[in-house]
Amino acid sequence: MKAMGQPNRILILFAHPALEKSRINRQLIRAVRETDSITIHDLYEHYPNFHINVKWEQELLLAHDIIVFQHPFYWYSSPAILKEWQDLVLEYGFAYGHNGTALQGKKVLSAITTGGSKQAYCRQGHNYFTVRELLTPFEQTARLCGMEYLPPFVIHGTHQLREADQIALCVEEYRTAIAALRDDVVDWQQLPQHLYLNHYLYANKLTNNPVNHSVEPSLHVQ
Amino acid sequence: MSNENLFFQAFVYLTAAVITVPISKRLGLGSVLGYLIAGVIIGPFGLRLVGQEGQDVMRFAEFGVVMMLFLVGLQLQPDLLWRMRMPIVGLGGLQMIANVVLLSGVGLLLGLSWQTALAISLILPLSSTAIGVQTLTERGLMRTPGGQSAFSVLLFQAVAVIPILALLPLLAANPAVDQAAAQTGLAGWQQTLLVITTVAGIVVGGRFLMRPVFRFIAATRLREIFTATALLLVVGITLAMQAVGLSPALGTFVAGVVLAESEYRHELMSTIEPFQSLLLGLFFLSVGASIDFNLVLGQPLLIVGLIIGVSIFKSGLLIGLGTLFKLGLSQSILFAFALVQGDEFAFVLFSFAAQSNVLSENLAGILVAVVALSMLLSPLFMIAYDRLIEPRFATASDEREADEIDDNENPVIIAGFGRFGQIVGRLLLANGCSITVLEHNPAQIELLRRFGWKVFYGDASRIDLLYAAGADQAKLLVIAIDDSEKILEMVDLARKHFPGLKLLARAIDRRHAYELIRREVDVIQRETFSSALDMGVEALKLLGVRSYRAHRAAQTFRHHDEEALHDMAAMAEDDSALMARSRQLSEDLEQILQSDEREMDHEVDRAWDLLAQQQESQ
Repeated sequence: MKAMGQPNRILILFAHPALEKSRINRQLIRAVRETDSITIHDLYEHYPNFHINVKWEQELLLAHDIIVFQHPFYWYSSPAILKEWQDLVLEYGFAYGHNGTALQGKKVLSAITTGGSKQAYCRQGHNYFTVRELLTPFEQTARLCGMEYLPPFVIHGTHQLREADQIALCVEEYRTAIAALRDDVVDWQQLPQHLYLNHYLYANKLTNNPVNHSVEPSLHVQ
Repeated sequence: MSNENLFFQAFVYLTAAVITVPISKRLGLGSVLGYLIAGVIIGPFGLRLVGQEGQDVMRFAEFGVVMMLFLVGLQLQPDLLWRMRMPIVGLGGLQMIANVVLLSGVGLLLGLSWQTALAISLILPLSSTAIGVQTLTERGLMRTPGGQSAFSVLLFQAVAVIPILALLPLLAANPAVDQAAAQTGLAGWQQTLLVITTVAGIVVGGRFLMRPVFRFIAATRLREIFTATALLLVVGITLAMQAVGLSPALGTFVAGVVLAESEYRHELMSTIEPFQSLLLGLFFLSVGASIDFNLVLGQPLLIVGLIIGVSIFKSGLLIGLGTLFKLGLSQSILFAFALVQGDEFAFVLFSFAAQSNVLSENLAGILVAVVALSMLLSPLFMIAYDRLIEPRFATASDEREADEIDDNENPVIIAGFGRFGQIVGRLLLANGCSITVLEHNPAQIELLRRFGWKVFYGDASRIDLLYAAGADQAKLLVIAIDDSEKILEMVDLARKHFPGLKLLARAIDRRHAYELIRREVDVIQRETFSSALDMGVEALKLLGVRSYRAHRAAQTFRHHDEEALHDMAAMAEDDSALMARSRQLSEDLEQILQSDEREMDHEVDRAWDLLAQQQESQ
């Protein structure tokens, strides 16, 4: 457990199979610099043949307070390596089950980018389900491990994000989000009332990126 | 008709064997019966091509039995022998005690003197190791529980012959001189000391002296000198054992067990094996020739009655013992039938007993005939087992065999344990697979042994050595030697002799790989391909390519190159055509890798929800 007043230690598990072609994720991951309290773990770079070092991964988890799964949203889920990581690292007896309490009390954040816009993720949209519905496997995984699943950080409509200043806004929003989580300036009680972490930040005037907010934020409060 | 000419005799024996044995084998009677029948045919009561000198031939041919026990010893590592101590002492000992008690009782009832009855009860139940082991091995029954038990009893008997030899003179009405003492002219305690010294000498010599000697000989790379050394070893032990009045077979058996741990195990087996089989054949021939049919025809009822009585008594007792040791009925019957025949040692012991006046000459003659005829009949028992008994228990014995763990031979043979074979071997060992390793460089073996590797000496491209290493029972043969011609030779040999064996071959270069592909080798691995590809990946990464992409590119490259390899192997060995094809293929590859890059583009940047986005923007 971290000492009082210390910043939260954040582990970003980053999964992108072809970062060299990425426009958004590359900039996002560059925006959060590695510091004493932020570890960026590039899974595809580290395990090109999917041979995951379970022991080491578990030690990494233990050394951090907030775990971020950052990845593009492929087929309503993560790229393959993150699933492999979950299957191997979140072992019985470590993450869940009898004596599996190693991760209890930690927080989990999904930070994803989707090609489709926010409107595509609703009953009337092409994807029918909402992002929160589609992310339930991640949410329940966190719950089973005794971790708190935060509202996700989502950047929608990456196909339409062409303008450099638009992208810059998203990047700045992500930087702010990670910094807020690290510095513990988030109201943890109020946060779960928002669908997305983005909404919380916007509502609290921490960011001014309107990209995700073409619909009234109040509509999303559950 | 007998001719003193050695070549004529050799011609007679060889002709008899060459004609009779294949016929007998074809009829499913086994080689032993073939040899015995051939012996009867050429013997004094057949064509009379061999006469009294048959006895001398037999003495010489007994050396085949000595060699057989050496080979049996080589197949038994000391720890395996130690694990078999219960059946050897328990089954063997009980078998002998029960026989002595029951048979001598019968003898006393028949009015024999107690000395005679005891002598007969000791000698008659002995079973022939030569016939037992040969028939069991020929039928592949050696590793069954029944086969193992039979072998244990034979082993016990081989040891028991020594005290029996010592005991017989004491039974004599007017004791003759102790035979062993007569040979060496030593007092009892000196004799005992000499025996212990000799056996200890074999163990210590085998352990510490023979390995450097074989290493030195192997380094000369002269095959015939290695053969000569192996023969010298067996002959030398035989002489030494005879000198101290012990069974040579026992001596070579001990030497075999000691050398079973050494790296020269398979090479020794394959070297001695041909001599052993020929001499053993000769031995069976002379047994057949030595059966005195005059005696048999003189008292047919007595002899036939004795044979039947002894056979029933012996097998009944053994089945009982087998059941006691929980072998199950089918295996107990196998155990009994493998041991039903009399022992060749009985010939020696009966004549020795007759000399010592324990038995009358007439009785000894009758008993020798009974033993010889029982040897003639024993293959029939095995045939009866094969045809009548085993099929009834087919399912039961199948289950049993599945439980048997093959102690001796490993499922994987690795030929060549240099840079290449070692990596394969280490991976297999680390995953708990047991391997047999063959290596032909004595210096390399020495080095590997120092690191604790169990490696055997031998040129793995020789088929007999592969047999000795258990290639007929193995699943995989990994050919990891570095001589491209030899690899091809081995592939051809292995394909021909071991069709069930999967072959994994090291390809030295591309051309060599073509050859291997044309031979349809199961797994072909170019020796430098994978490591070079790995280095290519590292180079790409240093140039700034993401490691997953470099990894994928290498996989694509590997796949394409292997396809091309098979493609080109199918083409005629026409250089210009190959060149053109090779150029074409590398252009293809470039295209594939670049289009792969474009596909990635789609895959990642304009992913599955592209459609959704298009719809929205409409």
